[in-house]
Amino acid sequence: MKKWLAILLLVPSFAFAAGSNYPNDHADIDLNDQESLQRGAQTFMNYCLGCHQMQYQRYQRTFQDIGVSDELGDKYLRFTGEKVSDYITSTMPAEASATWFGAPPPDLTLVARVRGADWIYTYMRTFYVDESKPFGVNNLTFPDVGMPHVLEGLQGTPRLTYETRMVDGEMTERYVGLRNDGNGKLTTDEYDQTILDLVNFLEYSGEPSRLQSEKIGKGVLIFICIFFVFAYLLKKDYWKDVKK
Amino acid sequence: MSDVSVDTNESATNSEQPQSSGRRKFLTVGTCVVGAVGAAGAAVPFVASWLPSAKAKAAGADVEVDISSIQPGQMIGVKWRGKPVWIVRRTPELLKSLSAHEEQLSDPNSEVAQQPEFAQNQYRSLKEEYLVLVGICTHLGCSPKHLAKGAFEEYAEGIAEGFFCPCHGSKFDMAGRVFSGVPAPSNLVVPLYQYVGDDTIIIGSEAEAS
Amino acid sequence: MNAFLNWIEERIPMMRVANMHAIQYPAAKNMNFWYVFGFLATIVLVNQIITGIWLTMNFEPSAERAFASVEYIMREVDYGWLIRYMHSTGASAFFVVVYLHMFRGMMYGSYQKPRELLWVFGMLIYLALMAEAFMGYVLPWGQMSYWGAQVIVSLFSAIPVIGPDLVEWIQGDYVISGATLNRFFALHVIALPLVIVILVFLHIIALHEVGSNNPDGVNIKHKKGSLAEEDKTVYKIHEYFTDKYDIVDDVVPFFPHIVLKDLVAFSVFLFVFCYIMFFMPEMGGYFLEHPNFEVANPYKTPEHIFPVWYFTPYYAILKAVPDKLMGVLTMFGAIAVLFALPWVDRGKVRSWRYRCGLHKVNLLVFAAVFVFLGYLGGTPQEDWKIDASRVATIMYFGFFVLLWIYSGKEKTKPVPERIVL
Repeated sequence: MKKWLAILLLVPSFAFAAGSNYPNDHADIDLNDQESLQRGAQTFMNYCLGCHQMQYQRYQRTFQDIGVSDELGDKYLRFTGEKVSDYITSTMPAEASATWFGAPPPDLTLVARVRGADWIYTYMRTFYVDESKPFGVNNLTFPDVGMPHVLEGLQGTPRLTYETRMVDGEMTERYVGLRNDGNGKLTTDEYDQTILDLVNFLEYSGEPSRLQSEKIGKGVLIFICIFFVFAYLLKKDYWKDVKK
Repeated sequence: MSDVSVDTNESATNSEQPQSSGRRKFLTVGTCVVGAVGAAGAAVPFVASWLPSAKAKAAGADVEVDISSIQPGQMIGVKWRGKPVWIVRRTPELLKSLSAHEEQLSDPNSEVAQQPEFAQNQYRSLKEEYLVLVGICTHLGCSPKHLAKGAFEEYAEGIAEGFFCPCHGSKFDMAGRVFSGVPAPSNLVVPLYQYVGDDTIIIGSEAEAS
Repeated sequence: MNAFLNWIEERIPMMRVANMHAIQYPAAKNMNFWYVFGFLATIVLVNQIITGIWLTMNFEPSAERAFASVEYIMREVDYGWLIRYMHSTGASAFFVVVYLHMFRGMMYGSYQKPRELLWVFGMLIYLALMAEAFMGYVLPWGQMSYWGAQVIVSLFSAIPVIGPDLVEWIQGDYVISGATLNRFFALHVIALPLVIVILVFLHIIALHEVGSNNPDGVNIKHKKGSLAEEDKTVYKIHEYFTDKYDIVDDVVPFFPHIVLKDLVAFSVFLFVFCYIMFFMPEMGGYFLEHPNFEVANPYKTPEHIFPVWYFTPYYAILKAVPDKLMGVLTMFGAIAVLFALPWVDRGKVRSWRYRCGLHKVNLLVFAAVFVFLGYLGGTPQEDWKIDASRVATIMYFGFFVLLWIYSGKEKTKPVPERIVL
């Protein structure tokens, strides 16, 4: 409920400010959770890849890293007809998409390093109905975004909701947050988990070497400590003869 | 000039007390060893980064070839790991002729390990009819030419068909066996391959022993 | 074996050089941890050169391929990510150690007579390093690469008359383009590294001619014949030095004593370096800026453009001046005035330990102002920051003015004859 509280506090400002001030929710992701990465990959391949590419990342490498065999990957994750050794590219021609959306949908390989996991997590959960926009939706985190709410089927249709209340004898309208019509396939918790998995996958794709790096890093740091002990004792041994 | 001398037991050790020398020796050796291990470890990523990249490895994966459309006597070329691989459908006459010139070859029985075990036979193939070869001369890596319909006779009397390397004149017969007296030291390489059904060959891996 | 080594020695004096510059090289015994940053800078330079060579093996310097080839290094090349992070972390580490090295020189008066040229060579290295780092940052061809290059190159348009043409000449196009990227690549991988290596060599030659300073600013080389035998050092010092001077008994040989000290410092440095490199290579967006993970887009400027942290103090000075040409001049002046430091400081006492209280305050304030300017230049513009950066800019130059004034007739403490640990 903390996030609603945060929204409450910030409502007056987001109406005027450029929106990027919208407070991010914390995305509690875990790159070690391969099942989460697999679910995230599935969401990405099913819903995102139609328009967005992941052009710096190859299928096979991805399958290996998230613990999926080539065969399973072919069945559940690879739909565009490219080879398993190919890059994860979209079939949508760039010029056409630029006409449809005003700008080509950005590549998502590195989006987590540009925007941060928290931002994506919040962004994907703050679409709301706004009939004045070309796609009929707007976004609290990214105002006037040129992207439809692709996951509406899962989340349901969120609207900015106001509550009328009697305060000090006066009727006042108060913003109470985004409310969903409940027509989505998922409950709010399930939807949040789906987005969390997706963000986890994007975090992985931004830096596939992260886990390997931390593993090697620990060993290297321990090794440096051993070297330090030797170097320090040797230095002390030589310097003990130096006259004060 | 005569005072130039290489004296490594230099004077910094003048003021040492002898009782510290055992400890100092141990620490010196320890520091050097740990430092050397560290330096070797630091070299690993630099050495490893020269290996074929993940992408190159993926591009070098097994290649599937449909051989149903190859006519008798015809040769096709495919690319595997960036190398030319030849597939020849040999006619019965050609197969018969292979034993005729064996005295001219340097390794007619394929004793040098230039082929998987399954191809260590006169035909150097899994099935007699189809010859699969890496089309790279074992001399210095040029790609030999396939000379058929008597064109090979210019280089080997009485032999109608074979491979001739234009770079340094090495000659191979239609089983990829090298003639003696040419620069190439050994037969052409047969890659690992397997049949999937009758019409398809997979180059790069062997059928698992069942 | 000895005969063979002597055979070599008579043809190329390797042992002589090793003796003269390390084994029998006298160094003051009171050099503290502030004296390790020169050594560390050399280590980082070697790291940058080696990792840089390896990066060029897969990097493709074209506007179409640069960004993708960096990601290729990060994903497809075995340990490519490690080599890239060694290089990117090394770039920032270079400036960390160089700034500390410079501050050491200022604290202990290492730029004063007879080390003026040593300081000037050091400043030249610093200047070349800034050019090197700037061009290196352009190469990944991300949003910050592109727009950073745009802003920096545009500085030259402030030059009267020839400015606009000069900018086109530098860019090789009407905008920052693949042509710019390509020439920056050439300068970054060969021209400037060569310059830097030569300058570092000269810096070290100059250093070994005049000798290292020390925290007390005490001379360790005395006039020949001025020292009694018992005051001379017990260590064997190379005749290159003993022929000209009496070396006081306050020195240790560079090898192994100073080298071991450096080695200990090196392992501490390496620990911090590796921690950042393996666990937080972006360093919260300071070493690798977030917008730079987006490919360069000439039609879309990122919301905030900052140079990398080591340039931000100068960037703040640039922004503080309301006039374009004057801003550029002030910024370059801030660097130029550092060159003049050996002559701005008229003091005869080197170490701040024995200089007047005002000097200590002045120097600390200068350091704080420099850091503050860095903060101002590296965070989004706000109203109060404009005035703050003006005040800080004035204080930056004020350091030199004040120094020149009080150093003429400074009341100093007596400098000890000998070093006491």
